[in-house]
Amino acid sequence: MIPPVALEVCVVCLGIFLLMAEAFSFKTNKATLGQGAIFGLLCIFALTFAIDPNNPVMQSSGFYVVDPLSLFFKRFALLSTILVLVLALDYLPVVRRLVPGETAEAGTGEFFVLPVFTCAGLMWMASAADFIVIFCALELVTISLYIQVAYMRRSLASLEAGTKFLILGALSTGFFVYGITWIFGMTGQTNLAAIQQALAIVPAASQPAILFGFGLVLIALGFKIAAVPFQFWVPDVYQGAPTPITAYLAVASKAAGFLILIRVLEPFFTVVAFQEKILLVLVVLAALTLIFGNLAALPQSNFKRLLGYSSIAHAGYLLVGLAAIGDAFAGRAVVFYLCGYLLMTFVAFLVLVPVAKASGGDDISDFNGLARRSPGLAFAMLIAASSLAGVPFTIGFFGKFFIFEAAMNQGLYLLVIIGVITVASGFYYYLKVVRAMYWQPAADGAAAVEVGALSKLAIFLGAALIIALGIAPQLLIAILP
Amino acid sequence: MTLPSPLLFLILVPVLAAGLIILGANARRTAVFAAGLNLAFFGALMAFFKPAELGFQFFSTAPVVPQLGISFTLGADGLSMVMLFLSTAVTLAAVWVAREPAENASWFYASLMFISAGVIGAFASVDLMFFYMFHELALIPTFLLIGIWGSGDRQAAAWKATVYLATGSFILLLGIIGLYLIQPVELRTFDLRKIIEMADTGTIPDSPVVYLLLLVGFGILVSLFPFHTWAPQAYACAPAPASMLHAGVLKKFGLYGLIRIAAPVLPESIQQFMPLLLALLVGNILYVGYVTIAQRKLDLMLGYSSVMHMGYIFLGFAALNEISLTGSSLMLLSHGLTVAALFALAGEIRERTGTLDFAELGGIARATPRLGLAFGFAAMASVGLPGFLGFASELMVFFGAFVGGQSLMGAAGGQEIFKFNAFQIATICAVWGIVISAIYMLRAYRRIFMGPLPERWSGLADLSGLPRAAVVLLLGVMLVFGFFPQILVNLVTPALLLP
Repeated sequence: MIPPVALEVCVVCLGIFLLMAEAFSFKTNKATLGQGAIFGLLCIFALTFAIDPNNPVMQSSGFYVVDPLSLFFKRFALLSTILVLVLALDYLPVVRRLVPGETAEAGTGEFFVLPVFTCAGLMWMASAADFIVIFCALELVTISLYIQVAYMRRSLASLEAGTKFLILGALSTGFFVYGITWIFGMTGQTNLAAIQQALAIVPAASQPAILFGFGLVLIALGFKIAAVPFQFWVPDVYQGAPTPITAYLAVASKAAGFLILIRVLEPFFTVVAFQEKILLVLVVLAALTLIFGNLAALPQSNFKRLLGYSSIAHAGYLLVGLAAIGDAFAGRAVVFYLCGYLLMTFVAFLVLVPVAKASGGDDISDFNGLARRSPGLAFAMLIAASSLAGVPFTIGFFGKFFIFEAAMNQGLYLLVIIGVITVASGFYYYLKVVRAMYWQPAADGAAAVEVGALSKLAIFLGAALIIALGIAPQLLIAILP
Repeated sequence: MTLPSPLLFLILVPVLAAGLIILGANARRTAVFAAGLNLAFFGALMAFFKPAELGFQFFSTAPVVPQLGISFTLGADGLSMVMLFLSTAVTLAAVWVAREPAENASWFYASLMFISAGVIGAFASVDLMFFYMFHELALIPTFLLIGIWGSGDRQAAAWKATVYLATGSFILLLGIIGLYLIQPVELRTFDLRKIIEMADTGTIPDSPVVYLLLLVGFGILVSLFPFHTWAPQAYACAPAPASMLHAGVLKKFGLYGLIRIAAPVLPESIQQFMPLLLALLVGNILYVGYVTIAQRKLDLMLGYSSVMHMGYIFLGFAALNEISLTGSSLMLLSHGLTVAALFALAGEIRERTGTLDFAELGGIARATPRLGLAFGFAAMASVGLPGFLGFASELMVFFGAFVGGQSLMGAAGGQEIFKFNAFQIATICAVWGIVISAIYMLRAYRRIFMGPLPERWSGLADLSGLPRAAVVLLLGVMLVFGFFPQILVNLVTPALLLP
């Protein structure tokens, strides 16, 4: 058995090693770096199975927990980073064009190395059990993402996205720290377990102050998971960022936000006086997020922007699951939904990158006639879009079903009704892509879309998993924490 | 875990056929072969089916999500066998009728095969989740079929139908979840047999909210007035095989579900909402009936008429007695076969003339006598002429519905009372509906087939080949069961499990 922290250490070492390698040897062929990073992360992924999830030594340290949930999220982070790197390999020509440098290859190496550091932050976050550790991990993730979002220095959109992301990210960090201060001031603790103990004996007079602090933390996390009304940054940042980084933001960053939310909710939820208020806030957030995310997605014609709004919408469904957290199955429903979300979003992005490369834009109209040009790609996108919309026999359907089941069991009927209406609008905007691919004729002279071998494999595996887990969800549920 | 049911084979054949077609097998031949194989296999299954036995036969179950009581459970009783027969027969007719499109034939046939797999799976499922999921399998193929190969304002029709159906099915999903949650916590299951058992012993409370969700959800899928507006346009624009499968088979899913789930489990709620349902179904019959008369194109007229006929089946369901429910079940089959034949013939006419506008057609029976004859037969079957299954089933629905509810006739205090209750009024409206359908069917027949033959249509080819075989198959079944409806009654009645 290896110590659990070894995972993060390995990832950081891998990142440093890649940086060194980039500086000293791989001057011309940066793609090798990406392949090396994928290989290294795969090895670490395999290593996670050698970790004992119930390690008693690390449990007692107080700021770093090792439990099945954290281990599961570390695998989640590793997997999404690997997929981001696969995307990045396909995206390399665009980066080359938009990053100024003496040679074509100059300045593209970090594009493959930075996600590795982000991954270390995500993994650390999964185990964080102390507000300070959570904060540090969050900053490691966010700061490395600032660079990645603004990576393409010749693209105005990318720079604009980076600036917006930076300013709003900094704002949310401010909320987070301020919230921690209030909670620390009232309880004298930053450790979540210790806070839980302190909350049990805290006098009623100081409860409003604690709630205020918790509210500030909730706002900060609202920025991370893009819950309405903290979603302003999402559409512009998603559209402007390099596509692999958009996928990273949409999946890994959001999942990490939800994990932290679950962890932070736990101690505060044990106080009976807080329960009702927190639930109310979650229900309102979920309702607003569902309505705004889905309705704003309806008129979009840019596919990346559409996926941005769709990620807000999915955050809404996940919040419904969180609001139903009293149900025995709700926790697993949320994690299941996140896994489904990872699969279908990455398949969509994996198809988007080569299509956008071939047609020079990422509008929905660039998908026109894809079914005639590249039937395989179109079919994969059909599966991903169906799953995102929630058609049965895909993982997306079971995700929504589990969440609705838990919510109805908890009596959140209003949320469920809003959810059903928004699902219907979801069908409209996801099928817009299907319409473009299957109904519309291809633009003149449009040829078949070329896809790298690694992406092909990833698309195939992703689409197959979406269907397989849509038929037999138990395969995934069995390994959920 | 039991041995896989032979019904699984019925579902897998079209799925595998669709897979082969996508991978590059000859689309048309594979589809025709698969549909034929399935019908033959159904015949073989029928030989092993024991009508006298109660409960589901060919039973198999495998757990899927044990924590929530979801299992992949297949089984068939008399009612499901009738519906499976409808599915396999109409699938075969649809692929026979289908003209190979100029390009992308593989998606066309693969979509048809997926719809077929979906309906067969739904009718063979005993687990409510899979019952629901199989129905949804048809959603995306329908969207593609209408959008790519449809005619007229096909894109609008495809959008409208898809969004309507998606909304309806998610409301239905809430109803099914509701049905799950009203069960006692430790017994919760999606297995229909266990749910009915629990309802019999009174373990499940009769929840009006759940019934309302089921009624609205299923109602949207079946095009219950006023949720019907998606249907006529979609059927009018869809290519003939898609309309045949959708209007003939897929739409029956909603009524089948109501008869299957709501009738045995939630009888009190049905009584409670009976006035509402009666008002809506009379809307279906009379309002949509008059709208049908006003149509000037055959495809839209058939679309509306198929919506209108749903009213009769709802009437049989609302009355909730043995005769009326049997009549409704029979009508599921008879309407499915008739409307499939009518859409096939309409497709044949469009194929030859390029139009279905009454103003442009006329007299073509002189050029195409067999087509005219077949259309006459199908139109009469749709109106419910004696000799066709439609007559037997309508008669049973009317008889059943007329004795439904509290009788207001009889003698009280030495005075004879003669008053109609709500069911009898609805039945009288429904009988008037037959006159309405006779009006529009006969008018359509006259405007398309009778009168002088215009010069431009004199060279039309008559019905022949596989399309003719398809129409003969559908109408032949109608006639056989029209003369011997007792075969079906014996199959269906034991399956109805009246409360």
